[in-house]
Amino acid sequence: MDNQSQTVKSQTMNGAKIIIKALIDQDVDVIFGYPGGAVLPIYDEIFQQNHIRHILVRHEQAAVHAAEGYARSTGKPGVVLVTSGPGATNTVTGLTDALLDSIPIICLTGQVPTHLIGTDGFQECDTTGITRPCTKHNYLVKDANNLAKTLHEAFYVATAGRPGPVVIDIPKDVQFADGIYQQPSNVAHKTYKPKLKPDITKIEQAVMMLAAAKKPIIYAGGGIINSGEKASELLNKFTKLGDFPVTLTLMGLGAFPADQPQYLGMLGMHGTYEANLAMHDCDVMLCIGARFDDRITGRLDAFSPNSKKIHIDIDVSSINKNVAVDLPIIGDCAHALEDMINIWQEKYSHIKHNRLDEWWRVINIWRDKKCLAYNLDSEEIKPQLAIERLYHLTKDRDPLITTEVGQHQMWAAQYFHFQKPNRWMTSGGLGTMGYGLPAAVGAQVAHPDRLVIDISGEASFMMNMQEMATARQFNLPVKIFILNNQYMGMVRQWQELLHGSRYSQSYSETLPDFMKLAESFGWKGVRCNDSKDLDATITEMIDYNGPVICEIAVDKSENCYPMIPSGAGHHEMLLGPVDDGVDAISGKGKALV
Amino acid sequence: MTINNISDNKQPASAYDIINIVDKIHRHTFVVIVDNEPGVLARVIGLFAGRGYNIESLSVSPVTQDDSISRINIVTNGTAQTIEQIKSQLDRIVPVHNVYDLTVEGAHVEKELALVKVNAQDHNRRESLRIADIYGARVSDTTLQSFVFLIDGDAEKVDSFINLMRALGDIEIARSGVVAISRGAKIQPVK
Repeated sequence: MDNQSQTVKSQTMNGAKIIIKALIDQDVDVIFGYPGGAVLPIYDEIFQQNHIRHILVRHEQAAVHAAEGYARSTGKPGVVLVTSGPGATNTVTGLTDALLDSIPIICLTGQVPTHLIGTDGFQECDTTGITRPCTKHNYLVKDANNLAKTLHEAFYVATAGRPGPVVIDIPKDVQFADGIYQQPSNVAHKTYKPKLKPDITKIEQAVMMLAAAKKPIIYAGGGIINSGEKASELLNKFTKLGDFPVTLTLMGLGAFPADQPQYLGMLGMHGTYEANLAMHDCDVMLCIGARFDDRITGRLDAFSPNSKKIHIDIDVSSINKNVAVDLPIIGDCAHALEDMINIWQEKYSHIKHNRLDEWWRVINIWRDKKCLAYNLDSEEIKPQLAIERLYHLTKDRDPLITTEVGQHQMWAAQYFHFQKPNRWMTSGGLGTMGYGLPAAVGAQVAHPDRLVIDISGEASFMMNMQEMATARQFNLPVKIFILNNQYMGMVRQWQELLHGSRYSQSYSETLPDFMKLAESFGWKGVRCNDSKDLDATITEMIDYNGPVICEIAVDKSENCYPMIPSGAGHHEMLLGPVDDGVDAISGKGKALV
Repeated sequence: MTINNISDNKQPASAYDIINIVDKIHRHTFVVIVDNEPGVLARVIGLFAGRGYNIESLSVSPVTQDDSISRINIVTNGTAQTIEQIKSQLDRIVPVHNVYDLTVEGAHVEKELALVKVNAQDHNRRESLRIADIYGARVSDTTLQSFVFLIDGDAEKVDSFINLMRALGDIEIARSGVVAISRGAKIQPVK
C-alpha cells in the first residue's frame, strides 16, 4: 500500500467520527445539546472521547441561549447539538436571537435518513427551510465526504465578518456512512469575504469631521465587543484623544468603561437624558458597530436632525438601512479605530480639548437632571435600589451578568455598570424572555470560577426555569436575582401608558413558591421583603458556593424611566411619572411597538 | 473639502429628508451570480419575501461550462433606499458571488421570451401570421386550428404582441422573466 492510500485510509471514518474530529480541530471544548433518535451516532462518539464536554440542557432553546452565553463571555463560537424535528424547531428562537445580536453559533441538527427526507417521516421537518431566515447560513450535508469541509466552512462563516448562527443539518445515514476527513484549511472562502480594512481616505475624512466638530458624539454598539477586546481599548484611546462624549447601546455596554467622565450612559428608549439629548443636538455623530435600531432612534424624522453622520460597520447592509448617513465606512471596528488613532496622532494632536468646553457645559446641564434618580421614600423595595446594591456588593468580583427581558433588563442596563467587554449578556435585538438563565449556564460553563448572575423577572425566569436542573447537574453556581413585582412589568408599564391601565393578562397569577422551587431543584433559595435586609440577602447569595435563587419582592408599580415613548423623538423624553399624561403617546405612536 | 459637501452619495444629509424621497419608486434590474447549489434560489426569494421587497420578474439558469454557477436576473422596484438595501442584502448571502445593478451600471440589453398559442379561424388565422411577421415572431408549432408563436424582445413589445393576438382568438401564454446583460465588450468576471 502506498503512502497516499494509507493516509486516505487513516482519514476514512464514519460521519459521526468526522463531526467530532472536526469540532476538536476547531478547538471546541463544550457542546450544549440534547440527544434524540437522529443524532444517536454522534452521541455515541461523544461517549467514547474525552476532548469535548457535553452539557445536557433541558430544552433545545436553552441549548442555543447557553451557547450564546458561552460565546458572548469568551469571544469563541458556541456549539449546539440537537436532534431532528422538534429538536431542530425548538432551536429557532435561539437562532433568531443569535442572528439579531450577531452571536457566532454552530448548531448541528440531526435529520431523518436521506432516503426518508420529504416523506413526512417521524421527527422530520424541513430544518434548512425553517432556519433559512433565522441563520446567517445553513447546510444540509448529504455525503459524509463533505462533512468535514462543511463543518470547517461553518466555523468560518459563523465567525467571519458580522458573526451569526449557522445550522448544519445531518441525516442519520450520513452519520453512519464512511467518508474522508479533511483538516481545516486556509483556503479562502470562494464567495464570503467580508472587508476588514476600511478605506483609509474615508477614515481620514471621518477624523477630519470629528476634529472640526463643535458638538461631536460617539455612539458605539455591540460591534465593538464582537471585534474583540482590543477594539474596546482602542475606543477608549480614541475617545481620550479627542475628549469625545461616548454613549453605548444596550448590546455595547462594557465596550467603554462606565466610570470614565466621557461616558454618558446608554442611549435609546430607556437611555439617559444626557445621552439622548447629546445625540439629538450633536453636529457630528460617529456610529461605530451599531445599527440605528428603532429602540435607539425613536421617531426617525426627529433623529439627530442637524448632524453629519459617520457610520462604521462591517456589514454593508447596515448602512443607510434606517438612517441615511453622510460617510459610510465598511470595515472592522478595531481596524477602523486603529487607523483613526494613527491619523489623529499624526495630524490633529495639536487640537486642544477646550474646543469642546461649551459642548461639555451643555452636557453637564443635562447630566444635572439626574435622570436615573428615583423615589426612595417608599415602604417597598425599589427595583432600582436592588440593582444598585447588587452592583456595589459584587463589582469587586468582576461578575458576568445576564438578563431576561423586560423592566429588570432595563434597570440592569441603567444601574449595573461595566468597565470591560464580555461581562454583559442580554437579548437585545429579539428581546427573548427566558434568555438569561440558560445564558448564565453557558457563561458559567466557560468561566467556572467567576460570579455569574442572571438578573431576572419572575415572569421571564419561568420561561426557561427547567435549566435549574442543568445547573445542578453540572455544579454550576449561577445566581438568579429575581426582581419579583408579580407583573410582566414592561407589559404592565405599556398598558398603563397606552391602554388606560387595563392590565390585560399581565398579572403573574399563581406564582410558585420560589424558595420551595429552589429546594426541589437542589438550589438554595433566599428572599428579601425589606430594604433593610437587601445587602444581607445579596451577600448571602454571593457567598453561597452553589446555585441560588435570590427573590427580591419589589415595588409592584414601579416603571422604567427615563423613556422615549414610541413615536417620539430623543428630545421628547419622559423623565418620570410626573411627566406621565394621557397625551404622552400620540395616536400614531400607539400603533408602534 | 469642507464638511458640508463631504457626502459623495445622493443620500440626504439628515433623517428629516428621508421622508420626502419615500414616494419615488424606481425600477431596477439586478443580476445575481450565485453558486448553483440546492436552496440558493430559495435564499434569494426568501430575502425578498421576508424583507418586503417586490419581485417584478425573475429568471435563473446555470451559466458556466461546469454548471457550477447560476445567474439570477431579477427585476424589482422600490425607493432609492430600498434598492440600496436590496443590493447589500443580496451581497451578504453566503453563496452569492456578485450582485450587479444593471440599471445603475449603465446601458444594458433586457429581453423576454414568450410562447403564444392562438386558436384562430379564417381571416383571423391569416391576420395572426401577418402580425407575427411584423413583430418578427416565429411559428414554433401549428395545427389546422392553431399556431404557437415564439416572440422575444423587451417587455413592451411582447405585451403589445400578446394584446393583438388576444383580439384574434383564444390564447395561451408561456412567458419567461427578463434576462439582461450589459452592453459593450466588457465581460463581467465571476469572482
